[in-house]
Amino acid sequence: MSLESVESVGAPTAFRTSRTVTRAQAARRRRALVYGARVLLLVAVLAAWEALSRNGLIDPFNFSMPSAIWDQIVQWTLHGTAQGSLGEQIWYTLYEALLGWVIGVLAGVVLGIVLGRVRFLADVFGPYIKVLNAVPRIVLAPIFLIWFGLGPASKVASAVVLVFFPVFFNAFQGAREVDRNLVANARILGASNRRVTLQVVVPSATSWIFTSLHVSFGFALIGAIVGEYIGAMKGIGMLIASAQGAFNTAGVYAAMVILAVVALLAEGLLTFAEKRLFRWKPTDPGAGG
Amino acid sequence: MNGDRRGGPAPGGHTPAIELRGASKVFRTPSGAAHTAVRDLDLTVERGEFVAVVGPTGCGKSTTLTLVSGLEEPTEGEVLVGGEPVRGIRPEVGFVFQQDAVFPWRTVLSNVTAGPRFRGVPKAEARDRARDWLGRVGLDAFADRYPHQLSGGQRKRVALAQTFVCDPAILLMDEPFSALDVQTRALMSDELLELWSASRADGAAASVVFVTHDLEEAIALADKVVVMTAGPATVKEVFPVRLPRPRKVEAVRLEPEFVEIYREIWSSLGEEVRITRERGASRVA
Repeated sequence: MSLESVESVGAPTAFRTSRTVTRAQAARRRRALVYGARVLLLVAVLAAWEALSRNGLIDPFNFSMPSAIWDQIVQWTLHGTAQGSLGEQIWYTLYEALLGWVIGVLAGVVLGIVLGRVRFLADVFGPYIKVLNAVPRIVLAPIFLIWFGLGPASKVASAVVLVFFPVFFNAFQGAREVDRNLVANARILGASNRRVTLQVVVPSATSWIFTSLHVSFGFALIGAIVGEYIGAMKGIGMLIASAQGAFNTAGVYAAMVILAVVALLAEGLLTFAEKRLFRWKPTDPGAGG
Repeated sequence: MNGDRRGGPAPGGHTPAIELRGASKVFRTPSGAAHTAVRDLDLTVERGEFVAVVGPTGCGKSTTLTLVSGLEEPTEGEVLVGGEPVRGIRPEVGFVFQQDAVFPWRTVLSNVTAGPRFRGVPKAEARDRARDWLGRVGLDAFADRYPHQLSGGQRKRVALAQTFVCDPAILLMDEPFSALDVQTRALMSDELLELWSASRADGAAASVVFVTHDLEEAIALADKVVVMTAGPATVKEVFPVRLPRPRKVEAVRLEPEFVEIYREIWSSLGEEVRITRERGASRVA
């Protein structure tokens, strides 16, 4: 009797602990496996590229190789580029992209919210905005170059037109899809139209707007790079253009690698800001909007 | 707040808190057809009176509230609050919605301060009043939480505090507890009665229109129960409920008088529910 009860109490606990431990171990092992496989994949691709290029199976002049790209980055970092130091090039591109992004986002958010709130304006402007959106906006870059010259202004302008539309449409949609109950509640509580817009529509549209911010920073970089590529004095796009002009394949790749790193860092910053801003949202997926 | 907030002319003259005279509301459906939500509605709510409106599902009970609140205007007829026709939203009206309408991006305290702040009350005073009402609904400890961190019942309490803090003379409630579980519901009903009885700054009680499809809830809470017809809704019958106050919802429903009233009202309401159900069935067929 006593032996039985001891067993029946002790057994499940021991069982459970061992299960928990096993599960945790399995989860850790799986994570290690995923990371290992990722690194392995990268190493394999780079090694294959390097080997194929060295053996002449692919043309090293056209396709370059990882070691040459790395050398190029090191050389740029240590000795600067033909246009000046590498940091200066990165800063130029970032500056143009950031400025274009900020202007495009502000314009897109303000116009999106206003048109989302004011039916009349939406009806008047709607078709024109659709037409403008249908134009492939990257072809505007040469025009901006003519208008604004070789300096940063033309790149900022290309970034702005690329950023504006996705942000605008998301802000517009966000303003349109505000929970009617929240608006009614705010009005009953005494909010003026302006207050409803600023304190109900804008906060509830922020999650829509933030989705577009992620995408649109990428667009801003594209706008800046393409603008620089077409004609500029400085910037990563300029680096690519001049490397291409000198048939320096490694240089083109090296600039791409630098760009990718810059874009990832910016994305990380944005995600951080988003987490701070959306503390009011439930964190578990599926439990809310 | 100011003593003349209740509006209403001539002391001594008798003006009911709310009056609907032949009010109708026709909506345009997206397909262009006209949909009559309520027709020829006559209803009077005296000051400090608690009126429950019951009717079959989807008959237009909520429309009655939006007309009184000023969120919608009647297509025909008149809606008077404090003897004056309703044009737009009036400051003395409070509204508790069926769905969650607290602002999810504001903390509990900030949600309750919203009303006074919208009305231009200084920040410090608004916070004091909000804290007072949070205390009354038992949520002092949750002031800094966000709505998604609360239970459904707690969110409803926030909504009540948010409404009561504006000191409404007229309180409109649209099936406020329908999303709650049965036990929480009974509890909230009791709390509502307690808050209501001393809700106004001057110690008086607000005039309440409480829409529900739950007849038990209606009788337990109200001074009179208004039965609406199947849609398009109009007032079918009005039943006074003469149960003594203060009431406890769980206890009052066991009284023989309660059962008597329930039977009487149900004989009227049941018929409308049946009509609605048969219409629904014929639509499906």
